[in-house]
Amino acid sequence: MTDEAMMDDEMDGEEGVIKKFLYVNRKAPYGTIYALESLEVVLIATAFDQDVSLVFIDDGVYQLIKGQNTEGIGVKNFSPTYRALEMYDVEKLYVSKDSMAERGLTEDDLIVPVEVLDNDQMKTLMEEQDVILSF
Amino acid sequence: MKFAIQVNEGPYQHQSADTAYQFTKAVLEKGHEVFRVFFYHDGVNNGTRLGIPPQDDRNITKQWTALAEEYDLDLVVCVAAAQRRGLLDENEARRAGKDADNIADKFRISGLGQLIEAGIQADRLVVFGD
Repeated sequence: MTDEAMMDDEMDGEEGVIKKFLYVNRKAPYGTIYALESLEVVLIATAFDQDVSLVFIDDGVYQLIKGQNTEGIGVKNFSPTYRALEMYDVEKLYVSKDSMAERGLTEDDLIVPVEVLDNDQMKTLMEEQDVILSF
Repeated sequence: MKFAIQVNEGPYQHQSADTAYQFTKAVLEKGHEVFRVFFYHDGVNNGTRLGIPPQDDRNITKQWTALAEEYDLDLVVCVAAAQRRGLLDENEARRAGKDADNIADKFRISGLGQLIEAGIQADRLVVFGD
């Protein structure tokens, strides 16, 4: 059974409930599988019509960096998928101002449009959520 | 209160596999409800029945199975994460042409949608992992 087929079974009875889901991405895109499998959750979750936001903090900001080349490590470069999120109506992408600055990054270094939040704004965003999944 | 639990780390490798179990047991003993325990990333390895930890150590998989039997817990292993790591039930093994399955009693394999549903249904989703 595929993930998608299983999901169809699960969709029944969920209509009407819309919660604010926040996916917190804290880790570099390669080195561990967290970033990739977080993205897989986000993609599946789009079918549930929830209010979805993504945050990138710490090394998680590297997930969105332009020009990723994974040839040397023999791992698939999945960064183009972040550009596809828009098609699934996942448009609220936030990055940590401090995490960007600490790594010498600016918005121009990223493959998708994001909103840069300082720590107070990040705190407010998290407080507004119903469900926070941390990867 | 209605909890949902997400377990992101493998057994023995990482304390959070134990902590997730201990937390789940504690909330159940306090009379709360656990809507579902969802195993993701290396957390799917908590569901193998083929682990043989030393006899003087805890058996994390058996702990989960026993807890599920006592409280009728829903232990769900993510199918996508499980396929990558070779955690199979009978159906998955047959479908993929594998010669064996290894899922433990009371665990079941299903989709990531079950995690999202748990987030929707529960009052609190608690994530255990790095």
